[in-house]
Amino acid sequence: MTALALSHAPGQSRAVPRLLIGLAFVLTAILVVAPLVFIFWRALAEGWAVYLQNIADPLVLHAIWLTALVAVIVVPVNIAFGIAAAWAIARFRFPGRKLLMVLIEIPFSISPIIAGICYLLLYGRQGLLGPWLAAHDLKVMFALPGIVLVTMFVTAPFVAREVLPLMQAQGSEQEQAAVTLGARGWQVFSRVTLPNIRWALLYGAVLCTARAVGEFGGVSVVSGAIRGQTNTLPLQIELMFNDLNTTGAFAAASTLTVIALVVLVVKGALESRR
Amino acid sequence: MSIVIEHMTKSFDGTQVLRGIDLTIASGELVALLGPSGSGKTTLLKIIAGLEWPDAGGLAVHGADWLHLAAQDRRIGFVFQHYALFPHMSVRDNIAFGLTVRPRAQRPGKAAIAAKVAQLLEFLQIAHLGDRYPAQLSGGQRQRVALGRALAIEPTVLLLDEPFGALDAAVRRDLRAWLRQVHDETGSTTIFVTHDQEEAFELADRVVVMGEGRIEQIGNADQIHDHPASPFVARFMGATIELPVALHAGRAQAPGLDASRLPHRALPDGPATLFLRPADVTPLIDPAGRWQIAHRSSNGALLRLELTDGAQRFGIDLPRRAPEAQGLVPGARVNLRPEAGTIFPGPRALPLPAAAPALPRKEKSL
Repeated sequence: MTALALSHAPGQSRAVPRLLIGLAFVLTAILVVAPLVFIFWRALAEGWAVYLQNIADPLVLHAIWLTALVAVIVVPVNIAFGIAAAWAIARFRFPGRKLLMVLIEIPFSISPIIAGICYLLLYGRQGLLGPWLAAHDLKVMFALPGIVLVTMFVTAPFVAREVLPLMQAQGSEQEQAAVTLGARGWQVFSRVTLPNIRWALLYGAVLCTARAVGEFGGVSVVSGAIRGQTNTLPLQIELMFNDLNTTGAFAAASTLTVIALVVLVVKGALESRR
Repeated sequence: MSIVIEHMTKSFDGTQVLRGIDLTIASGELVALLGPSGSGKTTLLKIIAGLEWPDAGGLAVHGADWLHLAAQDRRIGFVFQHYALFPHMSVRDNIAFGLTVRPRAQRPGKAAIAAKVAQLLEFLQIAHLGDRYPAQLSGGQRQRVALGRALAIEPTVLLLDEPFGALDAAVRRDLRAWLRQVHDETGSTTIFVTHDQEEAFELADRVVVMGEGRIEQIGNADQIHDHPASPFVARFMGATIELPVALHAGRAQAPGLDASRLPHRALPDGPATLFLRPADVTPLIDPAGRWQIAHRSSNGALLRLELTDGAQRFGIDLPRRAPEAQGLVPGARVNLRPEAGTIFPGPRALPLPAAAPALPRKEKSL
């Protein structure tokens, strides 16, 4: 395919394709590669010892732990939600089906910070549900539940968006076949539906994880950024950067980058399986 | 298992798909539901399977009311048009599926399941394919696996939706004979859906012709061919020529038409329509004839003549070497002598069916 696209009549100038390829390389280098390299270069600027010391900082470690905890809660919930939503939309015709499809997409089009503010106005102390929550001694804002809720909102579409087109394309004949062969609801799901969507599901989960780990805007509104308590990794990085602890900020950023690169590799591997 | 269907109706989004179906199928019978697309035949099959539910009507199998039985509990073998094999399972696991999903108490042991699968693979002549995956099989092989998967649960009723629709002609003929053999050896009651007359008549004990949600006629090939019960069946069976005639004393009369070979019909006098197959008409050259030959073509064995009388245009077929084929050149005038045909009272105002069923065969490709 590549050879075909690059083939040309003899005597024809190669200047244009070469220029375009060169441009692509230069832009990728400037926009993507350079900042990535820069992160690790700055993180290691003062040597490995300082780098490890920066990462072993209790505040950074807590931020890593909190970020992981949020991801561990959010991703399974979104997998369940994504499968349920995709299944309902792909297999049934019901009033409000189109609306549900639009609603699933909303987090993609709304800025995460708006989501954060909405949650603040709803669950915050002065918010709509604030007095009720306070009366029952439930703390949502500036605590783990708030961070989880906002992250869940922002990452809600990923699994559903990956699984839905596949389910629609496959249709329900295999499931009907399983039913005629005597399979009960759960058997149909676990032995026919799930194996058919497993790669798309995993792909969606990986994207969802990456987004959950890196989420900044929405979380920054609802977390309150209490050091050692409600600071996720992206928030911790910003905080360190504002404290002029550049090396520390870059060290923390490098951990996030490593996560992102791992996700990228997993995603690539999954894409080749599909 | 005998199947009794009574007054069954079904509509989708306000469109009537079944308009009152009454049908009784005897135990061990092989029945074809034949009709153009949109005739409701697949819907009827899916209702018997429990994959669709009728709006009204009854369905009893061997005396038991099946409308109160979930699809899982009916023990039917359903073969889908595109097979619906499980792509992530080997052929062996596909066939074993119906046995492995049984509740633990009724589930045969691992060895018993393996033995049953091996026996089916042998029976279906695909023993060498057991460890392959569906994507590695040809269409005909997939069809056999799909049937094997359905037979594994020892179904009370075997239902097949366009079983040969997605196969090429040679494989189709092979599998047809093979399916008949499978039916005879298992002794199950079998219903299959098809839009292909040849397939229906060759394979089935009885053919149920369906059109627009109704049963138009039930019978064997000869009955349906010679005595179509309605204009719909006549058209579906290839009677593409519809001539307006007048009935007098049970005989059709029309200018230029020699109806002497047609039997008398006990029908009241008045306007009627004569349905003819293109091959059942003999052209008689007559300089003052009613029809003119507008076009003549040949495929070597058969001549095809396009005839017109100014108002109506249709084609007739006759053997190229027949004596009466002499002198049939474009521009010549002819009268017609039908050798066989069917008369239905009423003027020719009946609409043609949406799908053109007179076409030889729709090849479905994936």
